[in-house]
Amino acid sequence: MPASKNTRLLRLWQAALFVGVVVLWYAATSPTLLPPIYFDDPNKAAFFFGEPLKVIERVWIWFSSGSIYPHLWVTLIETLLAFVVGTVLGLGMGLWLALSPVASALLDPYIKALNSMPRVILAPIFGVWFGLDIASKVALGVTLVFFIVFFNVYQGVREVSPTVLANARMLGAGERQLLRHVYVPSAMSWVFASLHNSVGLAFVGAVVGEYLGSSRGVGYVILQAEGTFDINSVFAGILVLTAFALLLDWAVTLAERRLLVWQPRTGETEKL
Amino acid sequence: MAAAVPALALEGVTVTFLSPDGSRYTAIRDTTLRVAPGEFVSVVGPTGCGKSTLLNVAAGLLEPSAGRTDVFGKALAGLNRAAGYLFQTEALMPWRTALQNVTAGLEFRDTEPGRAKSLAEAWLQRVGLKGFGGRYPHQLSGGMRKRVALAQTLVLDPQVILMDEPFSALDIQTRHLMENQLLELWSANRKSVLFITHDLEEAISLSDRVVVLSAGPESRPIGEFAIDLPRPRDVAEIRLTPRFVELHGQIWRAMKDEVLKSYARQQEH
Repeated sequence: MPASKNTRLLRLWQAALFVGVVVLWYAATSPTLLPPIYFDDPNKAAFFFGEPLKVIERVWIWFSSGSIYPHLWVTLIETLLAFVVGTVLGLGMGLWLALSPVASALLDPYIKALNSMPRVILAPIFGVWFGLDIASKVALGVTLVFFIVFFNVYQGVREVSPTVLANARMLGAGERQLLRHVYVPSAMSWVFASLHNSVGLAFVGAVVGEYLGSSRGVGYVILQAEGTFDINSVFAGILVLTAFALLLDWAVTLAERRLLVWQPRTGETEKL
Repeated sequence: MAAAVPALALEGVTVTFLSPDGSRYTAIRDTTLRVAPGEFVSVVGPTGCGKSTLLNVAAGLLEPSAGRTDVFGKALAGLNRAAGYLFQTEALMPWRTALQNVTAGLEFRDTEPGRAKSLAEAWLQRVGLKGFGGRYPHQLSGGMRKRVALAQTLVLDPQVILMDEPFSALDIQTRHLMENQLLELWSANRKSVLFITHDLEEAISLSDRVVVLSAGPESRPIGEFAIDLPRPRDVAEIRLTPRFVELHGQIWRAMKDEVLKSYARQQEH
């Protein structure tokens, strides 16, 4: 099979690129390996950019001692809560505004204004309102997730095929049944399509919230490390966050496959 | 026919659309059309002559500007509950499987789920889709989706069936198959059918009566032809009989001027 051979070759190149970057990082920051090119002190490169072996060692210590787990757990809980609350609010508001032209016309400029606002700036205010615990991070994540879900639901309801709608009516669907069997499924397909975005932003909300003021969470760990110029721990924290984000994204892909079986995927459509 | 109460009667229907910029467009003017119980009536006309508008009025999806619709002698208010509607474009719910699409109408009417499922399965079998119930619309071909739509409409046992060029998107062989299947289902349990098409051959081979509509705007019926071809018919074979050719000639002569008019109008735009 030429396709799988190409894929294997691609994976090989990707792995080689990764190893290459790590080796370059190692060589450039090692105090003894190369003579100092840019910095006057051989230890300075390591001070600014960390050392890959020490970063990996740091990650290993975190996980083997278990000290990172409570922080990861807090970040995960914040992400999930922000995602769920934001999605429910966005779904409700989206359905309401899409089906009620008066409310939509009234609120339109305010929704646009709120959406254009750089909402990360709200994090300190949420800290004041909801304290430095989980709630303020969830609130920040919700403001990020809400608008993605809201606009997708709004679009989803507006884009329901008029024929599908007329057909459901002719088959005897009342207003409630139209909502349940036509509008919501149509809107949900748009929500699922934006799942990667909304879960990603829920995560961003949690971490940025932690970073700006907290006593727990991976964002807090990074902040602490920065405070003591412990660059290796900062990079280790970023590494853990990235791996965690990839894991979340993978979970979303699995959920998507289960939930959107009815949608054609390119190349997978089976015609008879 | 005159004695029986028509299953569906459009009486002096006029439909005028008002566009947002204030201009008016009258699609249909003063049209009267009656379908007897068990009768298969086709409406043919050039493109843009308001055929679909007529059908939407009959379905109660569109309120006429003047005139009224009677269903078995009763004035229609709101949706036509006695009617099933087969749309020209895709109307299946893509998030439901074929079987779930067929049960949809029964579900909306609070039929007990077990009974709904067995009825739907029987209808899927009748349209030749046994074993395809678990597939989603995107996993079916165009012809299969049409058959699901047909089962979806007929499972509710409507007294009047409205069809808006349902087979126009299909290739000619699939189309003949579907037309024969439709005739077979229809003759097993005769309901009133109002069939809209721009294809004169399709209209003649299926119907008891063909009504010709004038070119739009302000379309109205300009001719009515009884089709006395024997039943049961095979839609592909009946086109070769002398009587079919004769009827086709007659109706085409009535239609030709309107088609040319409509064509000329389209060239202007």
